[in-house]
Amino acid sequence: MSRKLYFIFSVAIVLALVLAACGASPDTAPTNPPAASSGGGDEQPVQTVIVTVEVPVEGSGGGDGSALPGGYGELTQRVKDRGNLICGGRTDLAGFGYLDESGRNIGFDIDVCRAIAAAVLGDPEAIEVRALTADERGPALQTGEVDVLSRNVTWTSSRDAQWGNFTIVTFYDGQGFIVPVDSGIDSIEQLDGATICVTSGTTTELNLADAFRQRGLEFTPLTFADTASVYGAYEEGRCDAATSDKSQLAAVQSGFTDPSAHTILDITISKEPLTPAVPSGDDQWFDIVKVVVWGLINAEELGVTQANVEEMKNSEIIDIRRMLGTEGDWGQADLGLPPDAIAQAIAAVGNYGEIYDRYMGPEGDAFTLERGLNENWTNGGLIYAPPHK
Amino acid sequence: MDNQIDYQSQIPFWRDERVLRIAAQVISAVVVIGALVWVTLNVLRAAEQRGLSLGFDFMNSTAGFPIGESDIPYDPSRSFAYAFTVGVLNTLKVSILGIFLATILGTLVGIARLSTNWLVRRIALAFIEIHRNIPLLVLLFLWYRGVFLKLPRVQDSIQWPGPIYINQRGLFMTWPRLNPNGIIFVIAAILSLILAIAAFIYLRRLRELTGRSTYFGLVSLAILIVLPVVGWFLAGGRPFTLEFPELSGFNFAGGVHMTPEFTALLVGLVTYTAAFIAEVVRAGIQAVSRGQLEAARAVGLSYSQILGLIIFPQAMRVIIPPLISQYLNLTKNSSLAFFIGYPELFFIGKTTINQAGRAVQVILLIMAVYLSLSLITSAILNFYNRRIQIVER
Repeated sequence: MSRKLYFIFSVAIVLALVLAACGASPDTAPTNPPAASSGGGDEQPVQTVIVTVEVPVEGSGGGDGSALPGGYGELTQRVKDRGNLICGGRTDLAGFGYLDESGRNIGFDIDVCRAIAAAVLGDPEAIEVRALTADERGPALQTGEVDVLSRNVTWTSSRDAQWGNFTIVTFYDGQGFIVPVDSGIDSIEQLDGATICVTSGTTTELNLADAFRQRGLEFTPLTFADTASVYGAYEEGRCDAATSDKSQLAAVQSGFTDPSAHTILDITISKEPLTPAVPSGDDQWFDIVKVVVWGLINAEELGVTQANVEEMKNSEIIDIRRMLGTEGDWGQADLGLPPDAIAQAIAAVGNYGEIYDRYMGPEGDAFTLERGLNENWTNGGLIYAPPHK
Repeated sequence: MDNQIDYQSQIPFWRDERVLRIAAQVISAVVVIGALVWVTLNVLRAAEQRGLSLGFDFMNSTAGFPIGESDIPYDPSRSFAYAFTVGVLNTLKVSILGIFLATILGTLVGIARLSTNWLVRRIALAFIEIHRNIPLLVLLFLWYRGVFLKLPRVQDSIQWPGPIYINQRGLFMTWPRLNPNGIIFVIAAILSLILAIAAFIYLRRLRELTGRSTYFGLVSLAILIVLPVVGWFLAGGRPFTLEFPELSGFNFAGGVHMTPEFTALLVGLVTYTAAFIAEVVRAGIQAVSRGQLEAARAVGLSYSQILGLIIFPQAMRVIIPPLISQYLNLTKNSSLAFFIGYPELFFIGKTTINQAGRAVQVILLIMAVYLSLSLITSAILNFYNRRIQIVER
């Protein structure tokens, strides 16, 4: 009797595994959902790779450029099929990605996701925010677990090479230090021998090491994976200083028990261009995210706001009418977007300046930070986008 | 008889014990190998699809990130492989120290748990129940955020004779530093220790065999004193200089420094594992039959003699196997240091994953190291376990 049972169990386990293997394919190969349903899921991706290799050869030979690389449009299709946008974000940084009183995800980075969701799916609420720590974001992007990573990620060459595709800089930041006011420190040289709190797995961590090594200074790092631990330890006095992007320091300072007891030093040791990124493989999706963010920036430049977007559709300025989809074409058809995609994004979250001011402006919800480099180029800043034409 | 044989031959194959036995083996092998192949192929396919490289060459490139605690000289210009080694050493340091201390504390609590003194017994019980029933991560946070970070600031350090300074940056102790010639003394000291132990064992065996008094204690003590003294003079005077911790700039410099992250992890791991070891020890002691204890009392042995000569040698046979798994748990649990900022293996692995962008390889390396550590630990203890088992004739 028991032997018979054993046999049945064995068969059941084998069957379960086989089923699990078949059922798991779509999840484990998210960039290729149609392949899994067609049955021969195991061979399909191999072919895809071959095609990708062949395309440049044909292109350079002057042959037909009609062959699209495998993966083109697949991420876009995945988002549309699913009906929501999985956004790699965070819930623990005031201003950029945090929660309001009702537990809704808000922040500068989150609004970028909402704009994309509004443009692609017509609904700014159709987002699912995956809260990621600094050292989870790379793998999350590499594996395609998120559709877009908008979590104040610094764009660097090696991340671009390894993680995925970076779209367009949404926030120009630089790394600084926060110290207690009573320490009297006002230069990096005075931090010689200090213990410095920093988040692990960040560019900040590398910059800190470089900056001190460059100047021949000594320091002891104290690293944590989550931001809360870093500033918790700093506030307790375990570290003499904490370092991160200045915007993050400003955000964190606003949350300290006594913000006036701390000061952000007037030193910037690095360039931190914070940029939303998408997984590699789907150029269409890459373009869509870029174009939507451009829309937010161009809207500010052209004076289109959340409030006046409807009347602006009939504006006298041709550039505005084209961008909002009333007239002409800005490439929406090739991207599989409706003509009013940008208009929807602006109606949902406002233009770049409005998003900034909502969280970090003079009346900002989180804290107030000078726009500085993040002014539109027409106001002497670096925020500049290619035109919608 | 014939009927029976006929009956045997008529058994259908799915009820034939021999067939079933082989079938079970084949099925389990197919399932295990199939699962492995599937996982491997899946990883390879996904990596190819996303253009990820699966080589280990990146381990030779510059790490770039700083590490707070290292027992070998480290700076960010070293390679990822070197940084990983620092992590392995930090894991080893906390695990070995942790296992040593947890064994002592666990044994004491285990014995206290069986004490005839009501208060001692109850305190031991409370210690065990508190530590066994709270998750280790919570305990670690409690020790780190609740105790060690709440110590006074550097400027208001607690000073103990030594001098030892205690503050939220850690424990700073006076420590002897080796002089250039001091190594001669150290060699002499180690040599004397080995010789003393050898003499102790040999002379005691001699006494057991011949029945003559061999003064094994005195002889080994003499070796232990004379050799180092000779080494002292050969080294040309003091082999060590005492280094005192002094407040310079932000922190204390000199002497030896234990960071709050390391201390919190060590204390957390030791107390938590000691609670489990205490129960293992209690079970081991109680497994020795009561008659043994009564017989030992009857011949007039003292309580410490009973423990050392009668109870423990027998209890060890019950204690060692579950003790192995506690040691393995301690080593593996040290990866929770990730959350309190002690740069051990897992912590540095995670940082490497991020800075090098190579998740699969680094996770494989981490698993390989933990697996090797666990296998080595069990191999050593299993060897010891075989030595102390009853020799059956």
